Amino acid sequence: MIDIIARQSHARTPVFRLAFMAVFFFLVIDAAAGCSREKPGAVPEPDRSRRTIENKGSDTLVNLALAWAEVYMRSHPDVSISVTGGGSGTGIAAMINGTVSIANASREMKPEEKAAAKANGIDPVEFVVANDAIAVVVNPANPVEQLTLKQISDIYTGRVKNWKEVGGENRPIVLLSRESNSGTYVYFLENVIRMGESKSKLLFSPDTLLLPSSEGISSEIRQNPNAIGYDGLGYVTADQKVIAVSKYENGPFIVPSAETVKYYPISRPLYMYTAGQPTGQIKDYIEWIFNGGQTLVTKLGFVPL
Amino acid sequence: MSQNWALSLYNILPGLRKRIAGSSGTAGRSWSEAVIESTIRVLGFSTIGFVLLIFIFLLREGLPMLWEVSPGNLFGTRWYPTFDSFGTLPLILGSAYVTVAAIIIALPLGVATAVFVREAAPGWAREVLKPLIEVLAGIPSVVLGFFGMHVLAPLVRNTLNAPTGLTAFTGAVLLAYMSLPTIISVAEDALDSVPKSYRDAALAMGATRWQTIWRVVVPAAGSGIAMAVMLGMGRAIGETMAVMMVTGNAARMPLSLGSLFMPVRTMTATVAAEMGEVASGSVHYHVLFGIGIILFILTFIINIVAASAIFKKRRKGGLR
Repeated sequence: MIDIIARQSHARTPVFRLAFMAVFFFLVIDAAAGCSREKPGAVPEPDRSRRTIENKGSDTLVNLALAWAEVYMRSHPDVSISVTGGGSGTGIAAMINGTVSIANASREMKPEEKAAAKANGIDPVEFVVANDAIAVVVNPANPVEQLTLKQISDIYTGRVKNWKEVGGENRPIVLLSRESNSGTYVYFLENVIRMGESKSKLLFSPDTLLLPSSEGISSEIRQNPNAIGYDGLGYVTADQKVIAVSKYENGPFIVPSAETVKYYPISRPLYMYTAGQPTGQIKDYIEWIFNGGQTLVTKLGFVPL
Repeated sequence: MSQNWALSLYNILPGLRKRIAGSSGTAGRSWSEAVIESTIRVLGFSTIGFVLLIFIFLLREGLPMLWEVSPGNLFGTRWYPTFDSFGTLPLILGSAYVTVAAIIIALPLGVATAVFVREAAPGWAREVLKPLIEVLAGIPSVVLGFFGMHVLAPLVRNTLNAPTGLTAFTGAVLLAYMSLPTIISVAEDALDSVPKSYRDAALAMGATRWQTIWRVVVPAAGSGIAMAVMLGMGRAIGETMAVMMVTGNAARMPLSLGSLFMPVRTMTATVAAEMGEVASGSVHYHVLFGIGIILFILTFIINIVAASAIFKKRRKGGLR
């Protein structure tokens, strides 16, 4: 029995991901440190303790934040930035508790989180650092090319159960979603299923398959012509078919990409939160993200500001 | 790698009995022996202590759900934890459904394999099969999960023409595979403990080898085989990773036979998927621990039933 409990806590995917990232990250720091030491003209540091910026939160943002940290540290060898995932809620909670200096989030802070921060004497400051389009994906064998927001909402609430009702073949629709703790899940529910109406009580159909990772969704999309899924544009691989989405019945239907995101109906800002107005190194880092950092955004499949 | 304490208890018992019988005969034990014995005793009791501590921890974290969530909500049919619907019924039924289906698949396979290895296989085949079965137990469940996701799920979808391959059935097949080593080795032990005189008598009365096996040996080992099934069940109900990867995790009520080919969400997968990001101390957090309590109690009952089968067998003084 002990064993069963132990296995449950080990099996948590975020933990694995975290551990993997931590290891990866230490390797990166090490490599960076190694380079700077070998450089003949490098200025020797007066004290060996390096300034550390702790950065934690959204799993959507984690790849981008890692890339930013990596490139920034290359030009600022005296700063080390540690990036971990775990989810928007985890990052914001850590920022409120004062264990990290920057929290990454794929959603805005909730009112109760702001209240908790205030109770802790912290005044969080919000930065929009990039945009993310959420792509609706199907198997390449599925002839459906475009859907309206209303149709997607009807599909995900279980009102439409067959592809032929939205112009496809006579096949049952299999709904795929991320787990309910993902920021993407909440965004999709509020802005697609409920179509932005705050009074709406619509929910995902109980038949929705909740998959623990982006990989789970893409693998099922790849092999199952019945499936429909959604994920951040940065996580969509070439072997999935991206659906053109329209807000209105008559179009225009837009396939999401860096160029079209301004008109694409399902896109959201990604945030960084600091505890109070940032100063010193943290201020410099965030300013760099707004300028030099934006070139990396496109490279990783996100949309620059 | 013993998967639960009843199995290890089962393995230790004969040795313990021998040791107790032996030690009463020798007078004047040496000092070092006393130290070793008390160390072992402390270690043994500490295991019980750990189980108790874990249970107390579970109760402390999980019990608040009883007054934080109304019973109607807690045992309702809707699991939407982000929107305060904490219906655990689909999860409990989901776990039960997958486990029972797994045992239905694993029981005939496991018993047949045990019978073959113990009764029918030639010596060399037994030497090859037994270690192979042990190896089966050592495959990490996440590896089986990947296999299930990429090989088994598409196979299930294509052959059964189901909407998706991520179904209760896929999970049950994987779980059956995982509980097989437990079932085979315990069932084989049970067959092994049937006295030779039973076989001799059957054969002497003119029964064929087949009749001896199925009408005498297997029924005589019945309680041991029942225990094998319980232990296999304990193994299956607690499995997390592979199940999470292949059952689709849709929290729907599995009420009909057709649900076998629809997705389900188990208790273990729910805890594993949601615990990572739940705010500590929230209602959702307490409910997840509550699910842990339910799981703990279920496996406890299964293990007690299995253990009582051992003791009953010993009291009867029959087969072992």
